[in-house]
Amino acid sequence: MVQQQLSNNSTTYDLPEPLPLDSGQTLPRAQISYETYGELAPDKSNAVLICHALTGDQYVASKHPVTGKPGWWERMVGPGKPIDTDRLFVICANVIGSCMGSTGPASTDPSEGGAGAPYGMRFPVITVRDMVRGLVALLDGLKIEQLHSVVGGSMGGMQALSLAANWPTRAARVLVIASTARHSAQNIAFHEVGRQAIMADPAWADGDYYASGASPDNGLAVARMAAHITYLSEEGLTAKFGRRLQDRSSKSFGFDADFQVESYLRYQGSGFTQRFDANSYLYITRAMDYFDLAEEHGGKLADAFAGTSARFCLVSFDTDWLYPTAESRHIVHALNAAGAKVSFVELSAPNGHDSFLLEHDQLDRVVKGFVDG
Amino acid sequence: MTLRPDLAAIAAHVKPSTRVLDIGCGDGALLSELHAHSDVDARGMELNAELVERCVSRGLSVVQGDANCDLANYPDKAFDYAILSSTLQTAARPDLILDELLRVGAKAFVSFPNFAHWRTRAALMFGGRMPVTRALPVSWYETDNIHHVTVDDFRDLAKAKSAQIERSWFFAGERAISPVGANWRAEFAVFELSR
Repeated sequence: MVQQQLSNNSTTYDLPEPLPLDSGQTLPRAQISYETYGELAPDKSNAVLICHALTGDQYVASKHPVTGKPGWWERMVGPGKPIDTDRLFVICANVIGSCMGSTGPASTDPSEGGAGAPYGMRFPVITVRDMVRGLVALLDGLKIEQLHSVVGGSMGGMQALSLAANWPTRAARVLVIASTARHSAQNIAFHEVGRQAIMADPAWADGDYYASGASPDNGLAVARMAAHITYLSEEGLTAKFGRRLQDRSSKSFGFDADFQVESYLRYQGSGFTQRFDANSYLYITRAMDYFDLAEEHGGKLADAFAGTSARFCLVSFDTDWLYPTAESRHIVHALNAAGAKVSFVELSAPNGHDSFLLEHDQLDRVVKGFVDG
Repeated sequence: MTLRPDLAAIAAHVKPSTRVLDIGCGDGALLSELHAHSDVDARGMELNAELVERCVSRGLSVVQGDANCDLANYPDKAFDYAILSSTLQTAARPDLILDELLRVGAKAFVSFPNFAHWRTRAALMFGGRMPVTRALPVSWYETDNIHHVTVDDFRDLAKAKSAQIERSWFFAGERAISPVGANWRAEFAVFELSR
């Protein structure tokens, strides 16, 4: 169960100005929690911003303070790793709307009407561009004019694309892994299932559950279970679980988790509620559903990248059906049309969308080659 | 690493500080050479994911794509040179690819193994079987070459497409040879075209 902001030991940056949002509202006194790794060069030429995915956080390469687990991309980021912190200064910040120290629905509403209580559903609806606006404010605070690279997978890739399109001088290299320039009807549909699961949980209480001692863990767990299926592939699920039974030799003729895959999903769902706020899940999935980079630029994706001088690299995975290769190719075509310098490769991996987080030597080489090149 | 003779000829004639697209760039040998020696903005397209991965790992800008359909997204004259080395004969429609080359590039370099080389002719005439030679080392059932072409065929195609042949180079093995009798003496041909 999550009470307000989760505890974290990150550095917090207080935005000096209210953060303007795409909705027309502003976010006053916003905070961004972030982690850094490595040393910033005196000329500030080696800063790499890593953008996290929907349920990710700033702990890209350090122990998570709630779960105690290693950072979510430790195999990619660290000394001697493909994103080498012996040479690069890596910044990873919790996005606004999330719940690991950056301002989100669980944060205290500073307005008079807030009465010192958390925002809940009074938190303004945000977009991916708003998240990036927050990250850019952080870069301003760190006095980093141009990033060596911006790197992101999944929703992190959307942020990298949004940064490249809306702040084209802020990153020299843009690496987008297993991502998309727009949410499809299918993407929105799966997110809506998750949101409805949360909102159907009586403990959600219209988002005003922070003081009640209860939280919509059941709904959030179901949302996570549904989403988790979209991160895997049928091939991967079959290989991992097949139709094998969980701790029993025959079916129970009941509704226990008879199958290993059921048990696994329940475990994933309940574990998730320990480290994530249900309202944050509503707001961030909403932001992703609203994401359509072409729409922001007059309907033509190539126009989003007009005149860019950044180098781009896109990577997709052949078993990713959440953001399939066609979505990356669509971005590549737009970048080609815009005359941008772009690399693109579809890698083969059995584990669907999640492949970008897992062991993959080719991905390591591509990331290293692109970031070093 | 020494470049294949057709690639070396192309590399030697790409002007410095130009923009180049190498279509079917393989492991990026030509791109690396251009990048290292003549301040060229060199980009590539390659169908084979493993080769693309090797290129990107080397820091080259290469897109995994199919020359038969993915050239359409590049604007007209996006490049000073469009290069198609040893790939024309693998295209579904070489004539349409040639159109695309001359659309996206101000100039084009095209190289291909010459099917009218005397060895090929001899193998077919005396052996009665599809030739397997040093320029065409793969059996007919395994080869990617689906549109064999001769030097004279290519000249005809260029003419039909109103493309100017600016320069040409011919090779027998590693050796450059004169254009005289190239249609039967050359194993490999390189053309520089414009329109």
